[in-house]
Amino acid sequence: MQTVAKLIDTSLCIGCKACEVACQEWNDQEFTLGTFGGTYQTKPELEHNFWNLIKFNEYETDGQLSWLMMKYQCMHCQDAGCMKACPAPGAIVRLDNGTVDFNHDNCIGCGYCITGCPFDVPRLSPTTKKVYKCTLCSDRTAVGLEPACIKTCPTNCLTFGTRTDLLRKAEDRAVELQADGSTHAGVYNPQGVGGTNVIYVLKDASNPESYGLPKDPTIPWTVSLWKGPVKLLGSVIFLGGILGTFFHYIRFGPKLEEEHPDD
Amino acid sequence: MASELSRRGFLAGSGTAAATTFGFNLEAATAVAKELKIARTTQTHSICPYCAVGCSVVIHTIGDKAQNVKPAVVHIEGDPESPINRGTLCSKGASLKEFVNSDTRLTRPLYRAPGASEWQAISWEDAFTRMARRIKDSRDAGFEEKDGQGRVVNRLTNTAMIGGCTDTNEVNYLLGKFRFGMGIIGYENQARL
Amino acid sequence: MASLAATFGRGAMTNGWTDVANADVVLVMGGNPAENHPVGFRFVMEAKRKRKAKIVCVDPRFTRTAAVSDCYVPIRSGTDIAFLGGIIHYSLRKGLYQANYVRQHTNASFLINEGFGFDNGHFSGWDEAKNSYDKSTWQYELDANGHAKLDPTLEHPRSVFQLMKKHYSRYTPEKVAEICGCTAEEFTKAAAIICTAAAEDKSGTVLYALGWTQHSFAVQLIHAAAMVQLLMGNIGMPGGGVNAQRGHANIQGATDMGTWNTLPGYLKIPRANMASLDDYLKANTPKALRPNSLNYWGNTPKFMTSLLKGYYGDNATKENGFGYQWIPKAGETENYGWGYMFERMLDGKIDGLISFGMNPVANGPNTTKMLAALSKLKWMIVAENFETETSAFWNAKKLAEKYYPATGEPSTIATEVFLLPASCFAEKDGTFVNSSRWLQWKDAALDPPGDAKRDQEIIGQLYTRVRKLYEKEGGKAAEPLMNMQWNYATPLSPSLIEVAREVNGRDLTTGKQLNGFGELKDDGTTLCGNWIYSGSWTEAGNNMARRGQDDPTGLGLYPNYSWSWPANRRILYNRASSDVDGKPWDETRAPLRYRNARWVGDTPDYKADAKPDAYGSFIMLPEGVAKFFAADLVEGPFPEHYEPVESPVENALHSSVNANPMAKIFHAPMDKLGTSKDFPYVGITYRLTEHFHYWTKNTKGSSELQTNFFVEIPDGLAKEKSIKNGDPVRLSTARGHVDGPALVTKRFRGLQVGGKTVYQVGVPIHWGFVGRVKGPLINNLTASVYDPNSGTPEYKGFLVNLEKI
Repeated sequence: MQTVAKLIDTSLCIGCKACEVACQEWNDQEFTLGTFGGTYQTKPELEHNFWNLIKFNEYETDGQLSWLMMKYQCMHCQDAGCMKACPAPGAIVRLDNGTVDFNHDNCIGCGYCITGCPFDVPRLSPTTKKVYKCTLCSDRTAVGLEPACIKTCPTNCLTFGTRTDLLRKAEDRAVELQADGSTHAGVYNPQGVGGTNVIYVLKDASNPESYGLPKDPTIPWTVSLWKGPVKLLGSVIFLGGILGTFFHYIRFGPKLEEEHPDD
Repeated sequence: MASELSRRGFLAGSGTAAATTFGFNLEAATAVAKELKIARTTQTHSICPYCAVGCSVVIHTIGDKAQNVKPAVVHIEGDPESPINRGTLCSKGASLKEFVNSDTRLTRPLYRAPGASEWQAISWEDAFTRMARRIKDSRDAGFEEKDGQGRVVNRLTNTAMIGGCTDTNEVNYLLGKFRFGMGIIGYENQARL
Repeated sequence: MASLAATFGRGAMTNGWTDVANADVVLVMGGNPAENHPVGFRFVMEAKRKRKAKIVCVDPRFTRTAAVSDCYVPIRSGTDIAFLGGIIHYSLRKGLYQANYVRQHTNASFLINEGFGFDNGHFSGWDEAKNSYDKSTWQYELDANGHAKLDPTLEHPRSVFQLMKKHYSRYTPEKVAEICGCTAEEFTKAAAIICTAAAEDKSGTVLYALGWTQHSFAVQLIHAAAMVQLLMGNIGMPGGGVNAQRGHANIQGATDMGTWNTLPGYLKIPRANMASLDDYLKANTPKALRPNSLNYWGNTPKFMTSLLKGYYGDNATKENGFGYQWIPKAGETENYGWGYMFERMLDGKIDGLISFGMNPVANGPNTTKMLAALSKLKWMIVAENFETETSAFWNAKKLAEKYYPATGEPSTIATEVFLLPASCFAEKDGTFVNSSRWLQWKDAALDPPGDAKRDQEIIGQLYTRVRKLYEKEGGKAAEPLMNMQWNYATPLSPSLIEVAREVNGRDLTTGKQLNGFGELKDDGTTLCGNWIYSGSWTEAGNNMARRGQDDPTGLGLYPNYSWSWPANRRILYNRASSDVDGKPWDETRAPLRYRNARWVGDTPDYKADAKPDAYGSFIMLPEGVAKFFAADLVEGPFPEHYEPVESPVENALHSSVNANPMAKIFHAPMDKLGTSKDFPYVGITYRLTEHFHYWTKNTKGSSELQTNFFVEIPDGLAKEKSIKNGDPVRLSTARGHVDGPALVTKRFRGLQVGGKTVYQVGVPIHWGFVGRVKGPLINNLTASVYDPNSGTPEYKGFLVNLEKI
């Protein structure tokens, strides 16, 4: 079975938020009221019951104002940090079409996947104590329907297809944008996570941070380190206490490191 | 639905799973994927009631085949057959279900008596009786068969009507007949604003 | 729409959503389709993606439309005529116009009477004492047959072309910059892109909405855009047109069915001096102004008689003028439009108001005035899906006292209110007409909730019950009421299928549904509820429910999908897509072709079997051609830049005539106007993509996307006032105020106008004092100032003050 992917062509995004709502509706998420954040953005960041967020950024270079809008959600990494970090068997799975999906029956709510994700995507629900994120609408794709966000997108900013096709399409579009004057246009498919099944075309690929994307995302070293041991310990998963201590370090260690780089 | 599935069948369903990094069998993981919530619905074509792009939507209802069960809307999605929206919708259209199913919809007639500070419930029968009386009394009091110069004008200017942009052509046509039957000239809609 | 009707002949979007994908240039001005019509905007993005179309966005704010445009120019709200006048000047000076199109399809060659002119803010014929124009110098010079004289060379000094050139000679790029607040370079860059569409094989479209209609000179503004499009040869062309993006699902259909001054199909309301049907037809059936004009409104007697048969059935006879006397007549100069309606209400001249889904407290100008006017009613009937500010107006004191301190306690308000639960779109069948004039039939998916009723039942019950009272008790003028045909199978709740068939019309001799308005007769043998919809439900069935996917022209016309008025025509004025010999201006984009003595492709906007040079191409106008010069408009035949009624600067073209001399301004006690001394900034109001009008504050999805009202402030002004993002601020006008958190942004730029920096501040509509989410009503701020042609209020460009609170 071929790996499927989403292509997000930011040059065609009009920030209409249809994808946000379609995601909420299809996944029967509870709608909540927000507080004013001083921006057009629906929420400051993703939430356990809000998996698809358009990020808005007013961005000025050489006196030229841009208003960048970009859909943000789980990247369905080829080499998924969340999966690597997860200690619960079968809680995070890769479907044979490449989708990284969570099975909440198996999720133990440890939150280690949150640490493992270089894109800051998974969120812990305070009520169910389980972690949630975009499922790529696995129930829809299972019967041949595209994910709800793709279906609703009015401008063709979002397309769904096989990863191979979409990568080619993305490269073609980047070349087209370059020819139209966006000399730094390019494809965002970061190799630090083995490439992603959510591929972006950026009008300025030299500066993904302007959109709110990490420049060179990698799986935190602690999780990478854990990759080996996890395999070995897979059958002794009941040693939760010991593992918990270790994962606590995994989860909070890197954060400390990021916050205090000089320590 | 069937045609939609075939149209979108370029990606076969990922119904089976494969082992991955952890060496676990993921069959179960995909098997628990919830049943498609629109698998057993009745589908009705409609048009979005918001702006004037005129997007076609498919309303999915459940319960209309069982006896004594009122159908309920479980999902609304863009209609792929529309050359306008081709299955897409904006954020307002994509949340139309929340409009139809809103728990703050009006479900019974309400009446506010002169000087009252609260609504009170009123039956349709009482409401219709009172409204018809008010309309007739105003019409009898205000209808001008002739104007100051003695010209036939057959008009009623003490009663006005507004609205219609949210309603269908056919209802607007009926409102027009209502209006001219009464003799009303003052008749405005959102197009003016 | 008043403008498009005067310029081209019909008050509607000329092309359609799907057609926008054919454009090479897209001018978005006076609208923000990326936010307010996102799905319609997909065709703009398709044009950009597939045709490399250039998008020019001209707007006071850097909007989500601006964010994906190729060229953005900020302008001061209400200076659009200066900008478009500048484009006209630029195009004429550089020779960047489609000369053959202008010669063949417009009134550029028509001669105007001696004495026409423009001087220091007024056109000729201005009467200062009467505050009005004598239009006699604005008329065509006629020959002995009553036809307009022409100069095909366009050289005659009194030709429309030369007069236009002269009028706009003042609109230089520097003058545009001085008025609009952009730079001359920004203007010129936009002008150059827009004028690329002058090439015969290029098309440009104009997309606009309420950013143009909500000014005290709105109709002139849209006329200016129409003039640009005629110069570029863009009318009748795929990817061209002047495209009004209407804001409600059936705002087009409701208007097609009549407002205070129209009957269905844009037939005019009778006036008191038209005593008989003959008088009416004589006054309202135009005469051709050129020998080759098809002058389709010449068929008015057929349309009107068939409508009267629809209304009065067998009661309408030749002898009684088909019941014409029962239609109400307005005084010759009376106006019953929105502003006048509420003024009359405030004066206590209206007893009762019936509202089907409209919310004047939220959407009328000067909310305080709306509340005061409604308080004077004896009774009000409101049919709605949700409780609205209008239905709860008597409770404004309790619900929003800080905004309406002068409003009375409920005990002082004697209005009896009936709030009726109506059905929503999903619960009723029938037709909506979209902006593209497509009539789309929908089915009911379920019943209304609880005891709510379908609207046709509410109307049916009311009509039947009032009639019964007259039958029982007698009463004044029962005839018009009793003679109206209401003989539906279920009169208490008429079937909309039955109504739709009546609207299409039938031949009373054969009993068969009509195929189109070409079959209408003026002798009472045909019945038709709305002539422009004739053809929508024929013997073949309900054409509005068609779902055919074929697109034979490849231009996105989809002739077998739904049904489009008039006559299933998808591009209006499509005859103008080719030259006088029938040769398409662009072979790759021809909606019509003349083949074997017939026009094929889209439904021709022309006689289907007439030779290309037989008639003029704008069949709805007596001229037979489109109009640069339109004497129908009240403040002048050419658009002129006037400042908004409340403006921070003097008119840079003629300071003695600052605002539109014909603007309609009301003077009730609460109708105060402010000056820039007290209110130094320019305020504008707009929609957000997250919400729909005043409805979605009741629904969960939209309320999550944008829960809160806010005040959008330029960062330069915020710095001056030490306002930070999120700080509570108050925006006030001479009428009222709104409070909310500040959203500080670079997307509003301070503009250099008349030697000073003018800041603009914006507020989104959508909130109110009832609903799931609440906030101030922005019409607390707006004034009772209206366009004199259309009667639309000036919601864009009024004077405000801003304070941190």
